[in-house]
Amino acid sequence: MTPVLEVNNLSKTFGGGKSLLGKPVPSVHAVQSASFTVQKGETLGIVGESGCGKSTLARMLVGLLPPTGGNIIIEGQAITGQPRDAVAFGRLIQYVFQDPISSLNPRKTIRQIIEAPLIHLMGMDQAARRARINELFDSVNLRREFLDRYPHEFSGGQAQRIGIARALAASPRIIVLDEPVSALDVSVQAQVLNLLADLRKAYDLTYLLISHDLAVVEAVSDRIAVLYFGSIVEIGSAESVLTSPRHPYTNLLGSSVPMVGRALVQNRDTSAELPDPHNPPSGCAFANRCYLVQEDCRKTKPRLRSDTFEHETACFHPIETRPT
Amino acid sequence: MNEAGIKLGFRLLFRNRLAGFGAVVLVLVICVAFAAPLLPLHNPDLTAPANRLLRPLTAGHLLGTDHLGRDLLARLIWGTQLSLMVGISASLIAAVIGSCIGIIAGFFGGRIDNLIMRGIDMLMAFPYILLALAIVAVLGPGLINALYAVTIVNIPFFARNIRGVTVGITHREFVDAARLSGMGNWRIIWSEILPNVLPVIVIAMSTTIGWMILETAGLSFLGLGSQPPQADLGSMLGEGRKLLITAPHASIVPGVMIFIIVMSINLLGDGVRDALDPRLRSGALERPSAVTRLDRKLPHEAQSVQSLLEVDNLHTHFEVGDRVYRAVSGVDLQVNAGECLGIIGESGSGKSVTALSLLGLVASPPGVIKAGTVRLEGKDLLSADFETLRSIRGGRISYIFQDPLSTLHPLYSIGEQLIEAIDCHRKVSKAEALSQAINLLKQVQIPNPEARINNYPHELSGGMRQRVSIAMALANDPDIIIADEPTTALDVTVQAQILALLSELRQHRKLALIFITHDFGVVAQLCDRIAVMYAGQIIETGRTEEVLDRPSHPYTARLIDCVPEPGSGQRRLTAISGLPPALDSLAQGCHFAPRCNIAREACKKGELSLSDVSDTHSVRCNYPLESSA
Repeated sequence: MTPVLEVNNLSKTFGGGKSLLGKPVPSVHAVQSASFTVQKGETLGIVGESGCGKSTLARMLVGLLPPTGGNIIIEGQAITGQPRDAVAFGRLIQYVFQDPISSLNPRKTIRQIIEAPLIHLMGMDQAARRARINELFDSVNLRREFLDRYPHEFSGGQAQRIGIARALAASPRIIVLDEPVSALDVSVQAQVLNLLADLRKAYDLTYLLISHDLAVVEAVSDRIAVLYFGSIVEIGSAESVLTSPRHPYTNLLGSSVPMVGRALVQNRDTSAELPDPHNPPSGCAFANRCYLVQEDCRKTKPRLRSDTFEHETACFHPIETRPT
Repeated sequence: MNEAGIKLGFRLLFRNRLAGFGAVVLVLVICVAFAAPLLPLHNPDLTAPANRLLRPLTAGHLLGTDHLGRDLLARLIWGTQLSLMVGISASLIAAVIGSCIGIIAGFFGGRIDNLIMRGIDMLMAFPYILLALAIVAVLGPGLINALYAVTIVNIPFFARNIRGVTVGITHREFVDAARLSGMGNWRIIWSEILPNVLPVIVIAMSTTIGWMILETAGLSFLGLGSQPPQADLGSMLGEGRKLLITAPHASIVPGVMIFIIVMSINLLGDGVRDALDPRLRSGALERPSAVTRLDRKLPHEAQSVQSLLEVDNLHTHFEVGDRVYRAVSGVDLQVNAGECLGIIGESGSGKSVTALSLLGLVASPPGVIKAGTVRLEGKDLLSADFETLRSIRGGRISYIFQDPLSTLHPLYSIGEQLIEAIDCHRKVSKAEALSQAINLLKQVQIPNPEARINNYPHELSGGMRQRVSIAMALANDPDIIIADEPTTALDVTVQAQILALLSELRQHRKLALIFITHDFGVVAQLCDRIAVMYAGQIIETGRTEEVLDRPSHPYTARLIDCVPEPGSGQRRLTAISGLPPALDSLAQGCHFAPRCNIAREACKKGELSLSDVSDTHSVRCNYPLESSA
């Protein structure tokens, strides 16, 4: 298999530079040299809590935000560094938004919304567009009479299907799903996740699923990357990351999920606060919350190291065996 | 905008009687003014010194004549036409130029925004009328130049207004989506931004057009606008002013016309604003009252008091226009001292409205409590007077809401807010209140409370803010805390801590907790009993382990299956097809029947009531699942 997406040392810094009066503007490293590859047809789940940089990463991948460093290679084509070609970008990678309703322009009909990528990315004529829209609507299980209605007439689940249809319109290779179900009720959440799984098979798609919900990520992902404070702290096959987490943060994340039949955890982690982004620690960002912390953790930043096949961890003292 | 929208707009506009009146008057004035060439009028500029200063109602001169003997009626109608044209075109030009500037500044942001807006600021730094006078002084007097002056003076108003709105819209997700659809900047401005800004432009225009007619009249009054013999309302007023004592009608006639025009435009403008503003569309022009409106028959007397809090047959409706949304229909709840009751349901199931109804906190209008009682130790809270209710709110019963960032006041430190919460209910000295506040922060395990108490909400993380809300809820030693999705907005690791804290506080202080959530995991970890809500009714209630292990209602069972559970790997999830019913058109029978896979004909008829499965477990279903399931 060939990697359909390759990300090398991608980083994003907000702020920085100097103000008009020469005062340095404080900078925030939202994403710090993220590197990973995604194989064709695979789903990579990216998990992290608020402020970990997962949305920044997603927006860079689809070209909504220019990266500060690193590059993105989609199907062998390097995207960054070249003059930005929005059309080429849009035909390779698309995006499904977190808030389904606000991602639809309230003053346009659904048909106008879905037509936009067909006109601007695919250059289709009217007859071809009509056929394609009908096909798209069938594939996301929506009735065609919805096409001439306005977004406010739809429920969250229906609106998210429309968002998915729009992302599919340009027949992209990769779809970035940014918290696609977090705004939906559980009963609808399952419908949308199942639909996404069907579409992946039908159109041979590659997904990047970004979510804060470990259970959602687990249900649909082949591989999982865990993001903390702008860096990937652990990446590997879904099963291996979830059943035998090596990084203490992944372990904390997993044990915090409230579950039927699991007692409330009185976890060791008391502060739960991220380090100050304007003044990041020199060592591991998780050190202050980590129960396995040692002297060297506070000095240098651990890099991702592979310890078993396809499972990498950025930790000096990873968890050895599965904790009970 | 589609046809239905336009119709709705007109209906809303004319619901406001004054706006309708303004519209009618304005249309009348415009029709007469623009029909001037067709009307049998005298030549407005024809002087007849013999007939000077005739009084109104003179034969042949309905409104009399001016100091040169010109017919006032003719001058008034022609002058009105001129004034309207100048005023309307000035505001159109100002709106177009100002909106373009505002949209460009707001959309592109950064340097461009800075440069443009500083220029606009400079224009605004001059007093209004002085700037207009200066412009006319430079260009020379004349009607067209007065139009330029009024336009330029009004551009900043539009630019600033529209820029603000554009900034908000530019950061909405649909603009990102348009970019990903391959649209360029200008196309996005044209097809995504403009349609959403247009209502604001219309509102801004409708509220300024009257003002601009006045300004043009003002310049003409000073002799800088229309030049003799051409008449507009301002110059007529200016000419009449000199004869105010001897021939008052020469100035009163144009004065009254200016009054009528500006008045009708302003009335109409207010109406347009109200009709287009989405917040006012729902008819909620009034401020919600402090207690939910009550519209129920006198409740039965309480039987024996058994529980701390008893809710009996609660019905809360939202009445919007001629639609009635039955948010809560017939909820019964009991909460004992020290017990934790979980209310679980999807959005729109009525769980939050139930919680808010308990202390009359549902916004009214549109909320109405149609039936039911809420008894705290046997005393009905819904019929209590406002002072009693106020002392119970935040006193014996307190609330914790979902988003601490919007429940905490951003401009007061958390200490001040905690002290206020204490002060509202108990008379204590300042020092005493401060030490109690610090103590509260300690109880919710905020590190270093003495220093933290001076922090403002934005200086704390989400988890810390929610701890502060919990501290506030604890301030007056409540018997019951109602927590409405208190951890939904938090990260899982933080959620785990808040849940642990709530659980500990409850055991420590013998608190009763009503915990509202959509998450079965949370309920399982925290609650003694749970009530599952669907379409405004409790469809199943019982001890937590009974309901979760042996759900009787098909909805409960399938909802539990929907939730992806960690540790079970990649798989297909069970989904419930269909959508929850619309609350304004609930059908008879079981509300879940259309989505239920074991529903039979009987499920679509009659009212279902809760029936017991065991002593503690009851279900609202004709064909409950076998307990072995």
